[in-house]
Amino acid sequence: MSYNDYEIVMGLEVHSELKTKTKIFCGCPNEFGGETNTHCCPICTGMPGTLPVLNGTVVEYALRAGLATGCKINMFSKQDRKNYFYPDLPKAYQISQFDLPLCYAGEVAIEVDGKPSLIGLTRIHIEEDAGKLLHEAGEGSLIDYNRCGVPLIEIVSEPDFRSAGEVRAYLEKLRSILLYAEVSDCKMNEGSFRCDVNLSIRPKGQKELGTRTEMKNMNSINFIVKAIDYEAKRQAQIIDGGGVIIQETRRWDEGKGITVAMRSKSDAHDYRYFPEPDLMPIITTEETMEKIKASLPVMPDIRKALYLKEYGITEYDADLIVASRHVADFFEVASKTAKNSKTVANWIITEIFSRLNEDEKEEGKIPLKPESLGELVNLIEDGVINSSTAKEVFADMWDTRKAPALIVEEKGLKQISNDDELKSMAQEVINENTKPVADFLSGIEAAIQSLMGQMMKRTKGKANPGMVISLLKEILGGMK
Amino acid sequence: MKITKEQVEHVAKLARLNLTEEEKISFTKDMEAIISFADQINDLDIDDVKPTDHVIPINNVFRPDVVVPPMDRELLLSNAPSQENGCFSVPKIVE
Ligand SMILES: [Zn+2]
Repeated sequence: MSYNDYEIVMGLEVHSELKTKTKIFCGCPNEFGGETNTHCCPICTGMPGTLPVLNGTVVEYALRAGLATGCKINMFSKQDRKNYFYPDLPKAYQISQFDLPLCYAGEVAIEVDGKPSLIGLTRIHIEEDAGKLLHEAGEGSLIDYNRCGVPLIEIVSEPDFRSAGEVRAYLEKLRSILLYAEVSDCKMNEGSFRCDVNLSIRPKGQKELGTRTEMKNMNSINFIVKAIDYEAKRQAQIIDGGGVIIQETRRWDEGKGITVAMRSKSDAHDYRYFPEPDLMPIITTEETMEKIKASLPVMPDIRKALYLKEYGITEYDADLIVASRHVADFFEVASKTAKNSKTVANWIITEIFSRLNEDEKEEGKIPLKPESLGELVNLIEDGVINSSTAKEVFADMWDTRKAPALIVEEKGLKQISNDDELKSMAQEVINENTKPVADFLSGIEAAIQSLMGQMMKRTKGKANPGMVISLLKEILGGMK
Repeated sequence: MKITKEQVEHVAKLARLNLTEEEKISFTKDMEAIISFADQINDLDIDDVKPTDHVIPINNVFRPDVVVPPMDRELLLSNAPSQENGCFSVPKIVE
């Protein structure tokens, strides 16, 4: 069978660390990095006799994530123990949620090559992150429990994905939603947003699913896309060769560009969940839900639609602006002040973005008041300054944070729109530049650019370009 | 409900317990007695009884999200059977 006759079916489990100040069950700081085992206490290192107490903000953030993805909320929710032995988990069980997760039945809208689709979310539950095993040369394996007990939400999707492109679109969208909801910093390189992919293939048209493999803990969208491509082809080759797919956990080896089976015992998935006796049930009221709903910002899709319809900016510009909530907020406030939203969008995407690095862009850390950009745009729209002067004003504004009108005033950058002044200057330029004048009169229209350049030089770029062109043409016209 | 020796072996394996043959036989008996005790519930009419998710009727016990200074690392590690370079040390794990 040709590879193209197979259909890929995938479901995703995304783990995202919540950006609370403290861990989920103790007051230790929830911070990335740090010296090994310095963000720890007897509770998060699983010392016997300790008792967990749930961080209320974890519940709030998980509900925010759920409501931002259209989930239903289990008004009665509880926590459960998931039992397995691995030294990164000092209690030998992870506190997670089994049958009553906080959120369920949500959806995320994606678009691939202009084709929209909906990805179903099975559930979102809260759980604790595990520590880190450091495989160093030496006697044993070393463990750092700084990450142990960091709050996570696990977002489980339905098996709705049919291509790596859909997975990419979903991960980007989900990440953006969590960033908008301000529940996670979603830094993939720090592991605070990572993904497991369950993948199987089946001949196109077949109803029943094939045997799936699971690729765990991937924290780069590019790697995920490559891993999916490799794994689907690997499965197709096995099936074509008359073999069977073994249900197993595989790991993406970026160096070799292949997936590798991880050694795991067949009973590894027998987690023997049972209700956590040390923690009380979580009851969510309608009132809490309404309060959280009201506090959520408008999500990127809705903003994009609004920008296209009400602000008249292009889809390309809109995508760049809604990618970060703070950039979108900046754009909206600046547009309120400005007479032209398209110009505002342009300035954000060109001048502002070129001054920010990737992180700052994503966090929308723009060191200007949005009103200032709005005022700058109005100075251009009103003809007070031309667009090349505006760049100079902008650079000054970026460094000094002064109001654009003040900069124009202080530096004397006002565009010269005085008819008489420009007219006598134009006459001088024409008198002194006989060559381009002769060229223009002999029909070489472009020669006027050289005269224009002379005018800009004399006015230090402050002349109103439209006015200069019409003045030059007027005088030259009389010479024909 | 009947409990088999194989079931006891499976549960012991999951719990990383090495049982002797005598222990397997006695645990099979014990587990069967426990399960049979719970089986009595199947004979009762419990349609009106809500599931017990927790034995104490208290909900929403939350902690404020306020940092408490972590424990001094030396003190924390002093309980570990083995430590190395500021870390807990365990027998080598190969994955
Ligand atoms: Zn702790």
